[in-house]
Amino acid sequence: MKAVSVEEAVAMIPTGASIMVGGFMGVGTPERLLDEVVRQRKQNLTIISNDAATPGKGVGKLFDATLVSRLTATHIGLNPKAQQQMLTNQVAVDLIPQGTFAERIRAGGCGLGGVLTPTGVGTLVAEGKRQIEVDGKPYLLETALRAQFALVHAFLADYLGNLSYALTSRNFNPVMAMAADTVIVTAEHIVPVGVIAPDHVMTPAPLVDYLITNQNG
Amino acid sequence: MDAQEIIARRVARELKPGNLVNLGIGIPTLVANYVSPDLKVFFQSENGLIGTGPIPEQGLEHPLLTDAGGRPISALPGASTFDSAMSFGLIRGGHVDVTVLGGLQVDARGHLANWMIPGKMVPGMGGAMDLVSGAKRVIVAMQHAAKGKSKIVKQCNLPLTSDRPVSLVVTDLAVIGFPDGRATLIETAPGVSVGEVMAVTDAELLIGDHVLEMKI
Repeated sequence: MKAVSVEEAVAMIPTGASIMVGGFMGVGTPERLLDEVVRQRKQNLTIISNDAATPGKGVGKLFDATLVSRLTATHIGLNPKAQQQMLTNQVAVDLIPQGTFAERIRAGGCGLGGVLTPTGVGTLVAEGKRQIEVDGKPYLLETALRAQFALVHAFLADYLGNLSYALTSRNFNPVMAMAADTVIVTAEHIVPVGVIAPDHVMTPAPLVDYLITNQNG
Repeated sequence: MDAQEIIARRVARELKPGNLVNLGIGIPTLVANYVSPDLKVFFQSENGLIGTGPIPEQGLEHPLLTDAGGRPISALPGASTFDSAMSFGLIRGGHVDVTVLGGLQVDARGHLANWMIPGKMVPGMGGAMDLVSGAKRVIVAMQHAAKGKSKIVKQCNLPLTSDRPVSLVVTDLAVIGFPDGRATLIETAPGVSVGEVMAVTDAELLIGDHVLEMKI
């Protein structure tokens, strides 16, 4: 793990990168990293995020600045700008069930080729996918999902990179921290090593590549 | 009593002590208002919480404690939090006893459509498909008709949420179940006759042996 400034961290992200962003309706989203992505105008991004949050919040900021060309998400109904950009084909949107979204990312981080899920069988979601029967029950083969970068927000981080999350801000952060080539983390509080008890570490330090240390919160 | 309250009160009676319950947005959210704390029902919020409590008083909100719509919520003593893979493992894995969801259409075989109106409303399915695929019981809480059109239809013309039929539909006029896979009238709302329900239902409804008055 390397401690870096938010400016240095975002400078590593090329235009056109694929990026997983933690958070659920902007809760548990690394806002300062997204602010810096907007400031450095990283364009043509492929974003993998549960939702599009709302304008001005979380991933919504990337749609405000029209930096997204592809989005994989489960729900964008609360962001009219993202909806608009989808309807005018500025952004190619792949909407998938939330449990499938979580499991595809988990598979990506855990060395699995994909998962078999009953969710979506017999619906539009099944189109173009392999259906596999196990013990007489149909499942869809949903392939693993990975990205070049994961932007993760923790509640506590120590200087080794161990992370713990608070309340409902955990959501997709731990699975995304395993499913990207480069993991960049912001935390509400950065604490000395040992303050997060081993039993309370939710993302172990070796998974974290960069921790933003020039700004908290 | 307005239509939404009738529906929410009737659905609340379906919840059993100790149940793990997931409520969708809209009318389903109101169900929690009519569940006695003595019942010790656990409410799950799919963004990662079991033990959701009431909306906090102004000034007591916590920015990292929200419901699936991102609105501030509270956590009751004994609550637990977890990540999204765990949250949907609970849902898909059959650990959620009851989910209550809104609906756009339910057809005569119990298929639900509630996530998309092609060309008009394409918000994404969020957790709805996983909930209908995996919860032990799926209850649809919705108005019987919208703009004069029955929402209980012969066959859904909107995209389905799952090919798994729902367990029960509770509307402002009736309770409909699906024994033997066919829509069957089980109860009517107070002051509503069987004939009145039939008249405003597009799907063919079987009449249960003893159609009861809905207890609310």
